[in-house]
Amino acid sequence: MTAHLLYGGAGILLFVLGVWSFLVHEALLRKVIALNVMGSGVFHLLIAIAERGSLPPDPVPHALVLTGIVVAVSATALALAMGRRLEDEDDAR
Amino acid sequence: MLDSLALAVTVPLLAALLVTALPGRVQTLGVIGAIATALVSLRVTVQVWQHGSLRSDPGGWGAPLGLALQADGLSAALLAMAALVALAISVYATGYFREGERRLHFWPLWFLLWSALNALLLAADLFNLYVTLELLGLTAVALGALTGQREAVAANLRYLLVGLLGSMTYLLGVVLLYAAYGTLDIGLTGAAIRPGPVASAALVLMTGGLALKAAIFPLHFWLPPAHANAPAPVSAVLSALVVKAAFYLILRLWLDVFGAIVTPAAAGLLGLLGAAAVIWGSWRALRAERLKLLAAYSTLAQIGYLCLFFPLLQATPEGPARDDLLAALVLMAISHGFAKAGLFLAAGLVQHSAGHDRIDELGGTAQHLPATTFTIALAGTTLIGLPPSGSFIGKWILMTGAIATGQWWWILVILIGTLLAAAYVFRVLSRAFNEAPTPRRFVTQASTEVPALLLALTSAVVLGLGAQLLWRLMGFGVVA
Amino acid sequence: MNFDTLLPVGIVLTSLLAGGFIFLVKEESHVLRGVLNLSGAIVKLLLVGVMIWGVYHGHVYEARWTLAPGLELVLQADALSVLFVTLSSVLWLVTTIYAIGYLEDSPNRSRFFGFFSLCVSATVGIALAGNLLSFVIFYELLTLATYPLVAHRGTAEATRGAKIYLAYTMGGGVLLLIGAIWLHVLTGPVDFVQGGVLSGSAPALEGQLIAIFVLLLAGLGVKSALIPLHGWLPQSMVAPAPVSALLHAVAVVKAGAFGILRVVYDVYGVAYASSLGLLTLLGILASTTILYGSIKALSQDGLKKRLAYSTVSQVSYIALGASILGPIATVGGMVHLVHQGIMKITLFFCAGNYAETLGIHHVSQMDGVGRRMPWTTLAFSVGALGMIGIPPIAGFVTKWYLGLGAVEANAHWVLLILAASSLLNAGYFLPILYRAWFRPPPEVWPAEHLHAGRFETQGTLLWPPVITAALCLIAGLFAAAPFSPLEWAQLIARREHGL
Repeated sequence: MTAHLLYGGAGILLFVLGVWSFLVHEALLRKVIALNVMGSGVFHLLIAIAERGSLPPDPVPHALVLTGIVVAVSATALALAMGRRLEDEDDAR
Repeated sequence: MLDSLALAVTVPLLAALLVTALPGRVQTLGVIGAIATALVSLRVTVQVWQHGSLRSDPGGWGAPLGLALQADGLSAALLAMAALVALAISVYATGYFREGERRLHFWPLWFLLWSALNALLLAADLFNLYVTLELLGLTAVALGALTGQREAVAANLRYLLVGLLGSMTYLLGVVLLYAAYGTLDIGLTGAAIRPGPVASAALVLMTGGLALKAAIFPLHFWLPPAHANAPAPVSAVLSALVVKAAFYLILRLWLDVFGAIVTPAAAGLLGLLGAAAVIWGSWRALRAERLKLLAAYSTLAQIGYLCLFFPLLQATPEGPARDDLLAALVLMAISHGFAKAGLFLAAGLVQHSAGHDRIDELGGTAQHLPATTFTIALAGTTLIGLPPSGSFIGKWILMTGAIATGQWWWILVILIGTLLAAAYVFRVLSRAFNEAPTPRRFVTQASTEVPALLLALTSAVVLGLGAQLLWRLMGFGVVA
Repeated sequence: MNFDTLLPVGIVLTSLLAGGFIFLVKEESHVLRGVLNLSGAIVKLLLVGVMIWGVYHGHVYEARWTLAPGLELVLQADALSVLFVTLSSVLWLVTTIYAIGYLEDSPNRSRFFGFFSLCVSATVGIALAGNLLSFVIFYELLTLATYPLVAHRGTAEATRGAKIYLAYTMGGGVLLLIGAIWLHVLTGPVDFVQGGVLSGSAPALEGQLIAIFVLLLAGLGVKSALIPLHGWLPQSMVAPAPVSALLHAVAVVKAGAFGILRVVYDVYGVAYASSLGLLTLLGILASTTILYGSIKALSQDGLKKRLAYSTVSQVSYIALGASILGPIATVGGMVHLVHQGIMKITLFFCAGNYAETLGIHHVSQMDGVGRRMPWTTLAFSVGALGMIGIPPIAGFVTKWYLGLGAVEANAHWVLLILAASSLLNAGYFLPILYRAWFRPPPEVWPAEHLHAGRFETQGTLLWPPVITAALCLIAGLFAAAPFSPLEWAQLIARREHGL
């Protein structure tokens, strides 16, 4: 139970930190990192709830985390690509 | 027999592959793919019409591991709307993106978006909804930034970041629900849910995250620049379909997952936000200098109307009156989808013809494009909620519900919203009357003008007169 | 689907379809457009003829279409709807002919005639609406269809007039909508039934029913130009003459007045409305409007403006008739629906002729115009004298029945209103007639358009007012003949009062 709380709590804490960071920072890179921190928090929580004591761990959350990571990576890539585009334009001026 | 639900997701995916693989035939393949996708989507709707709800487990895994797809009246109605609107947009796009690179980039993204949208409407579990929501968001952002212009990229980057914030928040809610109830299936979660802090936290997180994506006031700030700067067919998709998808999710969750724990105060809050959106959105639309910005703000207001239904649904006991409200909600959403798509397509034509879309300088342009002016007028009729549009029926039932449940203050909001909408629509239409030379013919470019006109006509006439079909599709009562 | 269902639908569709096709007609295809216009009008008139015959013999024409559970679009023909349908179809035909002549060579005719047809479709829809929902639908459609006609000229002035028109009618439309929905919630679908449907309502509902009546009246009062909701009417005078004729005589103003009749007689029931004290309210509003409109008309130099204020005043006779309890007053109010229409359209046609042929826009320019344009001026005189209430012209019949009805209902103050109003009518019409017939004409007219032909102006402009003026005389002279407006109004009154 304490392990659940510890890992789960840490996940939620990460999520909150990520939201805070997303809201207060202007720079694109920091926002993108903040989103990834949020994501890590959620995945953390998922892994925490997969634990089932003596039983083998629940596979469903693991599958979700994998999928979630894929989605997060592609979203990050798109955000960075668009950010790059904007910066290139700024440089060109 | 092929699984029609799975086809509705895979056919557009296949089309996306084809248009990427054979860029030389992109227009032809695009139209064929659009027709095929529309047909498979409509097939689902027809099957729901005949047999009621459908469910399938592709791969045969079943819950909880497999990815189930399901369709009920609500999703079938929106699926049909998406099919028809998207088909019209596809035809329009063949005329709009005549040549150049953008044409090559548009079609693959467009089919990916369509596929994600269909998957979202048909998904039966909460995590799949997350994935489809993200796919929809990513493709929408890419399409929105298609022009490559600075404002478009900046606006859509903001849209992307906000969308990610929203979907992450949604995902956290999903995780909480899974931790508490051990299932992701919508129906099973809804059956298991009990009032408590976890469920409430999940409700707040998921609704809040989706509210960002659905641009519910005051989380709408990203929408007007993103929608106003995209190419016309993309704006149409964003306003008519993408925003609706997020709203559909909120509705789905409140009806099927959180039905047991939603309190009147929560519903009232959503209604209040809706009211603020109606008035603020309409007001900003009235003050907008550009036609596309006007259309984007009007989307805010229209989403607001949809939110007004929540407190009424909450206060109305199960029965025909509640069914009417629900059907009216869907009817308004669909009508707005058709009308707004038509309006954005028309705005694109105006912009094309005039080189700009500043409302105050539109005088002669409106005169050159009679069919397009008509499109704007018909779409405007729907946005105002005048008969015989679908949104007139929707508003009638909305107001009936407000009076019947004693929540008369919403009437005041609708009244103000309607008058403001009339003001902003006729602000545009009055430019059509001037002393410019008479146009020679009604339609100049059929491939773009006719789809837009048909969309607007559907919203303003067909949906109003044929509204009862929606009741039948959603399985409500026997219409005498 | 049988003939009885198709007939009312067909009457609405004839002009709707014609209108839809006219939008697509190329600007320069005069003939095709004219054929569409006239064939729509003539087919509609034939169908209306069949309907008159049927309704007179107690036949029921009804078409229903379910929009959503509990919301039905109903078209049905009762005696009152036939009265209005006939008026609008006959006058539509005449106005179409006039408009074809009037707008010759002016821009955007396809757009104009398209909306013109839609406008008439909405009007007959209002006439045939069988329940409050259907009425509201067509009432709002009428607003939409008339806006482009008012704005048609596209000048800054026209745009402004159209904006004011829209602001008033939209505002009124919303109030009407709320009233209709409220009533719908209280009682379920509100069908129009002769004698009313609310008379058995629970006493506890009376407060709400009064509030609803006020909302409905506010919505309808805008179009029927009841004080203080009349402000749009003089402003929308910027529209072309055929549009003014349509607004004042056939469509908009009439739709409002017709709606008031429907609400008083077929929703509340005249006796029940009276017991709630609503008729007093209506009577006071109508009387004030009658006097106010006439007084304002006295000081207008613009001919169309003067006619506009005269409309404000005259249309309220219809509401006045409805506000007096008793069958004779009902006859007066109902018959004025037709009489005001044919008289006012004559006047507007003539005003249009003066403007088109001689460039006359003001009363002060009308000296001696009777010698230059005798036929037009003769028609104008018939209309004006009818408005004053001189026998044997139609207007006299109205005032006679309103007076008799007032005596029957012991509402003697109405006689004072009638007398005062007739004096005022004479005050603003007789000077025009004096100038036209007895003052010498000027050396040159303000802007004379010469044209070849035997008559004082083109035939398409001349015949419509002559025909409607003749109708004014016939309606007065043969008031007792079968199928005359008066006979028909009496038929309605008998049915409404259950006699």
